[in-house]
Amino acid sequence: MFDFLQGYNLLGAFWVTVQLTVYSAIGSLIWGTLLAAMRVSPVPLMRGFGTAYVNIVRNIPLTVIIVFTSLGLFQTLGVSLGADRFTTINFRLAILGLTAYTSAFVCEAVRSGINTVPLGQVEAARAIGLSFPQVLRIIVLPQAFRSVVGPLANVLIALTKNTTVAAAIGVAEAALLMREMIENEAQLILISTIFAFGFICLTLPTGLFLGWVAKKVAVKR
Amino acid sequence: MNVHRTGRTTVAVAAAVVLSFTSAGLASGASADVSRDHGEDEITVGIKYDQPGIGLKTPDGTYTGFDVDVATYIAKELGHEPGDIVWKEAKSADRETLLQRGDVDFIAASYSINDKRAEKVDFAGPYLLAHQDVLIRADDDSIKQPSDLNNKKLCSVTGSTSAQNVKDKIAPDAQLQEYGGYSECLTGLENGVIDAVTTDDSILAGYASQAEFKDKFKLGGFKMSNENYGIGVQKGSDLKAKINTALEKMVADGSWDAAVKKNFGPAGYQNEPAPKIGVIVQ
Repeated sequence: MFDFLQGYNLLGAFWVTVQLTVYSAIGSLIWGTLLAAMRVSPVPLMRGFGTAYVNIVRNIPLTVIIVFTSLGLFQTLGVSLGADRFTTINFRLAILGLTAYTSAFVCEAVRSGINTVPLGQVEAARAIGLSFPQVLRIIVLPQAFRSVVGPLANVLIALTKNTTVAAAIGVAEAALLMREMIENEAQLILISTIFAFGFICLTLPTGLFLGWVAKKVAVKR
Repeated sequence: MNVHRTGRTTVAVAAAVVLSFTSAGLASGASADVSRDHGEDEITVGIKYDQPGIGLKTPDGTYTGFDVDVATYIAKELGHEPGDIVWKEAKSADRETLLQRGDVDFIAASYSINDKRAEKVDFAGPYLLAHQDVLIRADDDSIKQPSDLNNKKLCSVTGSTSAQNVKDKIAPDAQLQEYGGYSECLTGLENGVIDAVTTDDSILAGYASQAEFKDKFKLGGFKMSNENYGIGVQKGSDLKAKINTALEKMVADGSWDAAVKKNFGPAGYQNEPAPKIGVIVQ
């Protein structure tokens, strides 16, 4: 039943999916946290930018963003992100698009975490003379992150599955291999099931592990 | 034990009765586009909606293309007026499923005959012999033979047979960009990021014949593979023989040539003569 799997590099394709996920996750964790900092900052311009970014980017379909990175950034504006072969360019563009999109969700998760830190702590920190960046870095964010591990795990799982959209610009990840196999083997349902199972293998342990971490690190109030 | 079994049977019968009521209710309330509920004279045909020259749904709701013309002719031979044809989109990945479930009576959607597909469905025809080819800019003189492609930038549709052929056989050293559709490839070809778009020459000719691309692109004329387009029917269906008769008649009375000229003509496409029924060119 499964002999048609021979000749296809299933693990290789899922490895690209994992790479897309990890790089985009790191990128969006950094950019999303910066956005959250902007949204709670005392500078109106930064707050305005953060709010506008989140509300615009999270409401654009991911496919549009990913296809734009290729047609708009690469083809029209010539942004090749320091690579000269299509495979590398597309891989990097996909990470850029996924990061830009996922950051909006990370930002909102982190911001909800910031709101769980009692106001008194911020006031106390200000009273001993800490600046806004110091308050955020030393007092607020460490507690905020501990309370949003669960929501961030959700975002990470969504990101893992969203990497399939990168097939739209030809990144050779799992969804692209799935299309090739369906084209060659005429076994739509069986092949889809195999790939769905592959994604469950990636996301289920992630969810269970991060759920355990979330319980472990949660701030008891 | 006996009691248990009777109990279960009763539940099963009750469930079946409820289900049949539900489905009867659904069927009577469903709209006309549920294919199997159509009247005696209607026939459902699967075509592509997004390939100019092959099968295209135009914004005003009409359908054009070579596959559409062939399907209309077949339907007429089977005793259905053009007005009785219910068109249904048959995307590449869905074609076998559509036939197996009986959602369509036959499929004419640039459907290449191959062994894997022939295990699932039956093919009438072939009705067109296409080849993998390249579409290049009209002023590009650097691509004269397939080997010239090796240091070029090629584009095709994600996961398609043509894209896989490029990677595995035709030009393993070429850079291949895969997109969700040919229109993205054509944008790249137009602004010079991409040197050649590759897929079946019939599809390329269809695009090149579009008014907005006229005189901008040309076909390379390389015959890099053989694609035998067949009409897909359900496994074991008696339609296969009838469709083959219809196709033979279409070729004999000149309608086939007329359809080729009409749909692919403007691109200067050198079509193959009409294939013999049942002869698959490997």
